[in-house]
This record gives sequence, C-alpha cells and structure tokens, in this order.
Amino acid sequence: MATTVQTSAYQTDALIAEDIDAYLDQHRNKTMLRFITCGSVDDGKSTLIGRLLYDSKMIFEDQLAALEADSKRVGTQGGEIDFALLVDGLAAEREQGITIDVAYRFFSTEKRKFIVADTPGHEQYTRNMVTGASTADLAVILVDARKGVLTQTKRHSYLAHLIGIRNLVLAVNKMDLIGYDQARYEEIVAEYSAFAKSIGITAFTPMPISGFKGDNISIASNTMAWYSGPTLMEHLEAVDVDVDDDQAKPFRMSVQWVNRPNLDFRGFSGQIAAGTVKPGDAIRVLPGGKTSTISRITTLDGDLDEAVAGQSVTLSFADEIDCSRGNVIAASDAPPETADQFETTIVWMDDEPLIVGRSYWLKLGTQMVSATVREPKYQVNVNTMERLATKTLELNAIGVAEITTDRAIVFEAYAQDGAAPNKVLGGFILIDKITNATVAAGMIHFSLRRSQNVHWQATDIGREAHAGLKNQKQAVLWFTGLSGAGKSTIANEVEKQLNLMNRHTFLLDGDNIRHGLNKDLGFTEADRIENIRRVGEVAKLMADAGLIVLTAFISPFRAERDMVRAMLPAGEFIEIFVDTPLDVAEGRDVKGLYKKARAGDLKNFTGIDSPYEAPLNAEIRVNTVEMTPAEAAAFIVRQIMPLK
Amino acid sequence: MAKTLTHLERLEAEAIHILREVVAEADKPVMLYSVGKDSAVMLHLARKAFYPSPPPFPLLHVDTTWKFQEMYKLRDRMAAESGMELLVYQNPEAAERGINPFDHGALHTDMWKTEGLKQALNLHGFDAAFGGARRDEEKSRAKERIISFRTATHGWDPKNQRPELWNLYNARKSKGESIRVFPISNWTELDVWQYIQLNDVPIVPLYYAGVRPTVERDGMLLMVDDDRFRLEPGEVPIDRSIRFRTLGCYPLTGAVESTASTLSEIIQETLLTTTSERQGRAIDKDAGGAGMEKKKQEGYF
Repeated sequence: MATTVQTSAYQTDALIAEDIDAYLDQHRNKTMLRFITCGSVDDGKSTLIGRLLYDSKMIFEDQLAALEADSKRVGTQGGEIDFALLVDGLAAEREQGITIDVAYRFFSTEKRKFIVADTPGHEQYTRNMVTGASTADLAVILVDARKGVLTQTKRHSYLAHLIGIRNLVLAVNKMDLIGYDQARYEEIVAEYSAFAKSIGITAFTPMPISGFKGDNISIASNTMAWYSGPTLMEHLEAVDVDVDDDQAKPFRMSVQWVNRPNLDFRGFSGQIAAGTVKPGDAIRVLPGGKTSTISRITTLDGDLDEAVAGQSVTLSFADEIDCSRGNVIAASDAPPETADQFETTIVWMDDEPLIVGRSYWLKLGTQMVSATVREPKYQVNVNTMERLATKTLELNAIGVAEITTDRAIVFEAYAQDGAAPNKVLGGFILIDKITNATVAAGMIHFSLRRSQNVHWQATDIGREAHAGLKNQKQAVLWFTGLSGAGKSTIANEVEKQLNLMNRHTFLLDGDNIRHGLNKDLGFTEADRIENIRRVGEVAKLMADAGLIVLTAFISPFRAERDMVRAMLPAGEFIEIFVDTPLDVAEGRDVKGLYKKARAGDLKNFTGIDSPYEAPLNAEIRVNTVEMTPAEAAAFIVRQIMPLK
Repeated sequence: MAKTLTHLERLEAEAIHILREVVAEADKPVMLYSVGKDSAVMLHLARKAFYPSPPPFPLLHVDTTWKFQEMYKLRDRMAAESGMELLVYQNPEAAERGINPFDHGALHTDMWKTEGLKQALNLHGFDAAFGGARRDEEKSRAKERIISFRTATHGWDPKNQRPELWNLYNARKSKGESIRVFPISNWTELDVWQYIQLNDVPIVPLYYAGVRPTVERDGMLLMVDDDRFRLEPGEVPIDRSIRFRTLGCYPLTGAVESTASTLSEIIQETLLTTTSERQGRAIDKDAGGAGMEKKKQEGYF
C-alpha cells in the first residue's frame, strides 16, 4: 500500500486485551459530541470522515478488504485507498461520486463518542446542511488549501452560524498538495477571519490538515512543525458540549405524554430542555401559569434526587393542576414567554415554495398549532449575504418573515449571545397540512408586541343570542367548484328557497366581493389565499350575527377551505362541492373566460394553468351534469333543513 | 451543580424521547420485536420510557418459523415480564408453499420477512412500527431518518425523506401511509453491549459461547438447531465452542468460534474482532453492495 498510514494515537488494543474491565470502566464515562463536516464537493469531507473512522479503528478488516477492492475499481485516488468510499452510502451517488444526503457516522476515543453528520456541499442542498447542523455542537469547515476560501465556504459558515453552532473549526485540508506551505495556510486563515467577522462569527479554530495523509487528524503532523495547535481529534475531545451548558439556564421541560397507570400515579413525561430539577422545586405550567412543586422524579431504576438538561424523565407535582401534552413545565420564578406573533428566520425545505397566508402546522417542542407566514421581509443570498426583496421562499431559500399562530405558544428566542441556542423552545418546523411534508425549519427571534396589546373584547349579546332571535342556527354554506360550475346560480336558488322559509341569509358572491372589499387583490396564488381569508373572516362575522351565510367562490385550494373551516365552530362550516367536469364548465363558458385563458390572455385560471383541488370530504356534493340548478338547490336545502 | 451526562445516558434519553413522541402522535403503534440484542435494548428502553405504565403498544414478532429455539423461549418470557401483548405473525402463503432457507434462498427472506411484515402491519392497521435498526450496521441505514416514512405499499424513497431537525419529529401521515421508527439509530454495536451490561438486559444465551453442534458450509459456521437442518452428503455435525454476534434464521446465521462466556469477554472479542457484524448474515450479500438498500425500497425493515 503506497499510502502512508500514520500510527493511530488510539492504540487501545493492549488495554482491551489485557484488562477489558478497566477499559470498559474508562468507556462508561465517555461523553458525546455531535459535529458536522462541511465543504465543497471536492474538499475531502468523505475522505476526512473515512480517515477519522480508520484512525479510531472503527473499520473492520472485511470492510478494509472491500475498501481496497473498491478503491481500485471506482476510487478517485489512482488505486490508493479512497477513504471516501467508506462514507458514500447509496448506490446512485456512489456512481455519481458525490454525497447527496445527510449521513451519520460514529466513532469513539477513550474520552468521547462522536456522531458526525456528513453534509453535502452541493448548491441545491442547503436543506441537508441545516438539518445536519441542527443537532451539532461543532462544525468542521473544510477548505481545499489549493483553492482557499470559496463561495461555498462562506455559505457553510453562514449556515453553521445561523443555526447557532458556537464551535467552528476551519480545517485547511490537502496541505500535502501545497507542500505544507505555512504562508499559504496563514493567508487562507486571514482571509477567512475577515469574512467570519463580517457575519458575526466571533471565534473559530483554524488548523492545517491532510485527511488523505493523516496530518493533524489524530496525531500531530511531523511535516508541519510550525503548527503548535491541537490535532483535530484533540480539539474534538476537548470542546464544550451544548447540553452541559444548558444546565445553567432556568428549568424547562416540554410535556410529551401524561403517564397515568392508575389513580395513585400521575406523571408528566418529557426530555429536560434546560436547567436542573429536584423534588421540592417550585414550577409553573405554561401556558396558563398554574404553580406547584415537584414531588417525585420517577424512573424504572428508582426515584431520582435530581435530573438535568438532556435527560428524559417523568415528573409528578404536589398539587393536582392541569397539565398535558404541549404544555411546558418551567422554573416558577423564571418562566418563558407566551405569544402568537413572531419574527423568525425560515429555511425553506420543500420543492413547493412558501405560500404566504396559507395555514401550515407549526411544531415547536411538543406544541402543534396552525400558523401562517406573512410576506417575507427579505431573503438572504447565502453566497453574498445580501438581503433581497422577495414575495415568497423557494427550496433552499433563507428569509426573515413574521409568523402568526392560531393560539399562543410558549417559546424562547433561539439565538443566545455566546451561550448555547435555545433549540427546544426556539426552533420549529412547518408541516404542509395536505402532504404532511416537513416544508421548513425556523428559528424565533422575538415576539411581536402587536398581539399582546390587542385583546379580545367580550360583548354581552353573544352569537347564540343573535341567532336565537332569528329562530335559526347560524351556518356558512361554502360553495366551491370550477368557474362556470354553477356555484352562484345554485347558491342564489338556495337563498331564494331559504328566504321563503323565513330564514335570515346573506349571499357573498366572488365577483361582487372583488368589486369592493377585495378590489386590491389579483389572481396570484398568494392573492387568492388572501381573498379567501378575508371572505372567511367576513362570513364568520356574519355567522356571529346569526345569519346563514352562502358563499360562492372557486376557492381552489383545500388548505384555504380548511382554514375557513377552522375559523368556525364545529358543524357550522358546510362545504358544498359543485361538481362539474372541466369540459362541461368550459363548454358553458358563460363569461367567455375559458376562451381567454386558452388563448393565454388570462393567467392563473383555475382548471387551465392553475390547479383545482377537489374536496375530499365535502358535507354535500351536487353533480350539475345530472341535476338542474333547481334540483341541486332543493337537494341542498333538504340536506341542511335540520338547521333551525 | 453540573452533572455531565455520559454518552450512554444521552443515547438513552434520546431513544426515550423518540418512543414517547411517536406514541403521543401515532394512532396505532407497534414494536417490531426480533428477539435479538438490539430488540432487547429497544424493549428495555420502552419499559423505561413509560414506567410505571407498561409500554402502551404490543410487540410484533414476524416469525419465519426458522429462528433458534432459544429465541422463541426468550421472546415468550420477555412478553410476560413486560406485561405487553405479543403478536406472532407467520406469512400463511410462505407456510403453505413450504418456503424454507434450504430450497428457496433469497425468496425465504422475501416471503417470510419482507412480505410477512407488510401483511402483519396491514392486518392490524399499525401506522407506526418501532424497529431496532442502527445506522452503523450498514451504509444505506446511515442515511435513513429516525422516523422513516413509508408509502401505502411500504416502499422507502431514499431521495424523498423528510428533513429531521433538532429533536423535532414529524410523525404525520395520511390514511394508509405509515412510519418506521428507529429509536436506537445512533447507537453502535459497542453502545448496545455496554448498555446491556450496565442495565442487566436479558439476551438470548446464544450470544454467549457454548459447545454446540455445527457444520461448516460456504465459509459460514452454521448451528444444527433442530432436525430440520439438511445435512449434505458427508456432512457430520461437529461440536464446537461457538457464539453468535447476530441472530436470524438459524440456517442462515453464521456463528463465530469463541470462548467468550461473560459480557465483558463478548465486548472484548467484539472490540478485537476483525469482521464486521453483518458479515455473518447472508442477506447483505444479495445484489452486490446495494443489497440492503434494494431490500429497503421493497419494504424490508
């Protein structure tokens, strides 16, 4: 083998063979560090990780034999051992020669177990790097000594800093290829230092290495005597871990699950996010703010005297106070804030771009709420750090935007100057309500005072009183369907019949509303959502006033119809699907709109160049091919007649 | 007073967090219990996660009818001790066709395990299944998420995985879709052994060395566990001191010659060994280097 394999500093075979119990004692008290490696495609990430595995003896002989064979067959090191092949997992990417997803690798020394996330350096994969960085205590930023600081280097550093990683290592790799040149190394460090300062990185640890040759990985390089700092492995073994620092913060635990095996035991299970807890500690349950004291910390191995950040425990209280999944148990004298509007940084992770105003699930800790994102204040160009104006966020875009949740949530600001970030109560994900995909990750900056100063004003005459006077029960009959399906015609017919039955009704028609309330809105996806949101709010006010409201809007997106449904009490939103095939609706073309759309004179027209998402569980469906408008109206009235 | 958590304490806390999170969000979870050491650790973690309640889900053993006798014994004992319901599923079609590891090779694993698992999940309508797979076992597993989303036909799409950030898990899915959950994804083989030792987790005695009847075939040392083992002409079982690093169907699982009779000795041997864990299993060798990735796309756990 032509490769110089330097002797590992971690020759523990002797101890393992001679005194296994002494070795195990040593390893029982190991701590854990999670880190990521990032760099451009050819900076040698996989080689570095392969080298760390190799040096810490995590490669077995059969894997080594396979590695030697693979290196000759598909390796990129001219037949010499290609450590990258150890790390590049999936078949497709092995052929392409690039890493395309986040892969986790493990190795350990006497002091620590390491979990390393191998994250790709390819432009379109910001998503993967942010994912890998979210659980990391440290980031190794790899630079090819021949190329110096590249655009990608800056991007990776920005992302690592954004996600709150405090320990950054600038690993100037491939020093063997520039003859271990100290001047070149220092030039790169100086250039990086200037950049780091410009984006707010206050400290980083530079080191000259060769992943291929093993210089300064686990043993000090004998070719770079001018470098007196630690080896990469020494540094990884010594840096602070976030979870230890979290213990110094006030106590917080998100409740995952209420443990109630019998009437004598009631415990609240969760993983401690910050601080420490012991029996007798005063706590507060948020939101709500009820207080009690901790009575027990229960585990299978016996009760604990104390538990600390990072542990999963079950806590019991001295008093019977309400507490359930989604609540946060916190130190009584230092509780976190509660709010429903925030400024946030959002990293978009889905192929479908952000739709402003659409309702997404937001998961923060164990809290799951509905949330909408406002138009972003700006998007960050991750290559130049410039702030750009934008109306949305596309895959891999990072922007700052305000978020509104449908109820108040318990939170803390994500970034903490100098301290470990508040990942549990400051980091969140957004989930698409239809596809259930995780579409974004976000970090809370602060709450907006707006929501705190506007309180709901209670009035004495409530919605039941309004409806009772009219001798009816309020409802919203939501007609949805393609343009030309017959929504307005049928809704008009239904209203006439209800009117004859002495019902107090009001018909909100799509075209009519666009003449007034919504005349500032166009037909883009975002405008259509805002159109429906406003109509939903108006319909809700009218329902509060005791009316039976009929609305006739194409309302093409399920998510927005569900958003209006969620505004109203259960049972009051009645979705009526006016089901007309596209060719039939287009054949009618009462307003000549389909013709214009086909000619390209009308953009974003539903059914032509904008989708219509048919209801999956509409309360009522009418087929206008089989029924006349009068028959459809009579059918609908029969369905809703139990309404008073 | 700061108490620094050890790596095993952190791995344990992470696994418990995952178990609870999925139980809170899934409609009908189940734990895949294969009776191996990883399953043993996972079961122990579940008992810790929900103590003093028993784990609020059943154990499912997808049985190939070809497991070691000692595995069936421990399986029944652990189900009784944990107070959990034990569901055993055997693919009726595989039984009817007499599918076995001697005549059918890869088809044996496909029908009994892959198909059997799908059938069992469909039969009971489970929407979340815990499994004891670890990322360090095999290359394609290193890239799988902790919560791995499966289509209604149980397929896995490695190119379309949900990003997993911080300790936030998205367990949402549509009707018919399901998730596979791997609470000990971040554990290594050594972590598993150390945890078993520190927590006195019961494991199948076959992991310890003992004198057992064996034959050597295709470079693998196989144990003659019952009289269904077909000896080839001239083959005579020989008593050897052996143990197993991994347990599956007995005619497909290679033993190693060993005298390690305590956990410390097993760990010692593991650390000094020169072959990696799955080497003893025939499954990874199918379809070249991409064997497991292919199986997973087809719905193998």
